[in-house]
Amino acid sequence: MTGTLNVGDTFTLEVPTITRTTLALYAGASGDHNPAHIDIDAVRAVGYPDVFGHGMLSMAYLGRLLTDWVPQDRIRSYSVRFAAITPVNVAPTCHGTVLDVEDGLAHLDLTMTLPDGTVTLRGSATVATEQD
Amino acid sequence: MPLDPALIGRRSSELTVDIERGRLRFFAKAIGQTNPIYSDVDAAKNAGHRDVLVPPTFLFCLSMDVPNPFEYLEELGIDPVSILHGEQAFEYVAPVCAGDTVTFSTYISDIYQKKGGALEFLVRTTDVTRDGELVARMTSSAVIRNQAAKEAS
Repeated sequence: MTGTLNVGDTFTLEVPTITRTTLALYAGASGDHNPAHIDIDAVRAVGYPDVFGHGMLSMAYLGRLLTDWVPQDRIRSYSVRFAAITPVNVAPTCHGTVLDVEDGLAHLDLTMTLPDGTVTLRGSATVATEQD
Repeated sequence: MPLDPALIGRRSSELTVDIERGRLRFFAKAIGQTNPIYSDVDAAKNAGHRDVLVPPTFLFCLSMDVPNPFEYLEELGIDPVSILHGEQAFEYVAPVCAGDTVTFSTYISDIYQKKGGALEFLVRTTDVTRDGELVARMTSSAVIRNQAAKEAS
């Protein structure tokens, strides 16, 4: 199930459409009960048209890309910058690319992109190329 | 009003949490994670783990498991509605599983500005320990939008 870690290798995860149900489940499971993600009345009251996805839900999807790619105990670090919001009812795509491999560590470039091309997350991870 | 850099080093109350299998199963369902090492104890043990495995971002969720996760902002006079989660980073030292008890120790690790003070960054670092040993470190950057500074610039 795991992929290789040579420079230029890529990995993709297609995320199913993020529905209101997805956001409700993530709010409950994550403990992030911010109404911005689950309560359309509350967000309209402050001038937003609709709820939007939790940034950390997107980071969890990119995390799934990582753990589909390599066993989790090889991940040394993982970070993201939240670049744009993820609206409800879109199906994003997660991409990972191996930028370089040095001293037993692979440096990965990660992005999450909406169907219209908007990059919502930019991230990176450092992964051991061999099991300890 | 800009944040005082003297706040760097300021610590929040420590938080100790028991990691539960049921919560991990719910989290796996919520993020569409179907690999059973993240939801089923037998599958996790067959794969060589002590128990159901904590996935890469879940420790952040546990760290929010307090009555008011935005207390640190309110103490600094910042409206939680005015902030955005700008960046999030994890360093992993040792695997964490269901059944573990972990402690979160959080402190302000950096404060800086961009765009003439219109954007302020409040960076917090959390050491996650189990039995006193570091298992992970999280760094979270909140972006504070200062409308007044933006209009003045």
